[in-house]
Amino acid sequence: MADTRKIPFTILRFNPETDTKHRFDTFIVDVLPGMTVLEGLHQIKARHDATLAWRYSCRMGVCGSCGMLINGRATLACNTQILDVSPIAIAIAPLPNFPIIKDLVPDLDSMFQKHREIKPWIIRENSIEQNTAKGEFYQSPEQLVEYLQFSYCIKCGCCMAACPTMATDAQYLGPQPLAQAYRYEADSRDQGFNARKPVLDRDSGLFSCHYGSECSVVCPKGVDPAKAIQLMKRRMLLDLFHLYRKKNAELCPDQGKPSAQDGS
Amino acid sequence: MPQKKTDDRRLGIKGWALGGRWGFERYMYTVHRITGIGLVVYFLLHILVTSTRAFGGQHVWESLMGTLSSGVFKIGEFLVFAGFAIHGLNGIRLILIELGFATGKAIEPEYPYQTSVDKQRPIAIVAAAAAAVIILFGGYNIFLAH
Repeated sequence: MADTRKIPFTILRFNPETDTKHRFDTFIVDVLPGMTVLEGLHQIKARHDATLAWRYSCRMGVCGSCGMLINGRATLACNTQILDVSPIAIAIAPLPNFPIIKDLVPDLDSMFQKHREIKPWIIRENSIEQNTAKGEFYQSPEQLVEYLQFSYCIKCGCCMAACPTMATDAQYLGPQPLAQAYRYEADSRDQGFNARKPVLDRDSGLFSCHYGSECSVVCPKGVDPAKAIQLMKRRMLLDLFHLYRKKNAELCPDQGKPSAQDGS
Repeated sequence: MPQKKTDDRRLGIKGWALGGRWGFERYMYTVHRITGIGLVVYFLLHILVTSTRAFGGQHVWESLMGTLSSGVFKIGEFLVFAGFAIHGLNGIRLILIELGFATGKAIEPEYPYQTSVDKQRPIAIVAAAAAAVIILFGGYNIFLAH
């Protein structure tokens, strides 16, 4: 086909069964305009090496499975077009700062563990009121925007791979968990500031971020973790001087108002 | 459960500069750390040098000052000054960012995404330009004015 280009894909390989160190293999891929890196990997698996391993699911930038380092930038293979990256050569490696399970599959366990540590759920002081609510916790559209941006995180790990502090400090919480801590703190329904404070305020916690800002540049969903982290720092510093006040959403008892399902 | 056999790909210190195709702020991060370490080393040497007067007496102090005011130590003095200018001005930028004055508020993300990086970029450019001007003046003063 006239528009087809032959582009070499150099891919980091590691098989835990046989290898002690990773190596690089090169495959020639027939690239058509609009073809994604993920489609290139499928072509390699079909035509050249069926043992090539990577993680993917949705193919549309929603599931966050196919995060990898493509020509030096952490991004999703499914929404990265080959010719947008380079018409000459493509180099692919698994996300750095994570151990490799096999080939392009990183072990994201450490990120999920840190994510759990920041208690990523709505915390209310009155758990009985929360669990057996007799109405809704009212939230205005303006209050929704305060955290909506940060709730789009798909946990792909690209921000953790791009973070220079993560490169040298394995204990550092990292941009993904820290941004999610702010996502809940900014939620007017949440009252978990004091519950999360010991995790955020520890060594290798919130204040280990020195704004390399690459997390926000690489985020495929526009979550902007660097912004969330700085806004969380502001709240922590205000709290240090006893100046932090948060207006929480209150329970609005159901008084027979029409629901959204009524269409009115 | 058997231990998982993996190949650790933590970038380590080379991740500060060689991690990939990074932006301007990423390099400011690296320079900030290097200048910070440099200033700490200078501070320790400074304490060591100034303490010679107390422990070695006036003649040791004057002989040491004579050595330090010439030749290669002029370059060292310039590097300390440059490190101070970069670290100080970038530090002011980081304080503004960490207090939430330079990053903007939360927005509804619409493609192409606007991030806090774009928002604080003018401050980063002003800090870098001001550091460059101060370093030029300092260099003139150290190497050419006397």
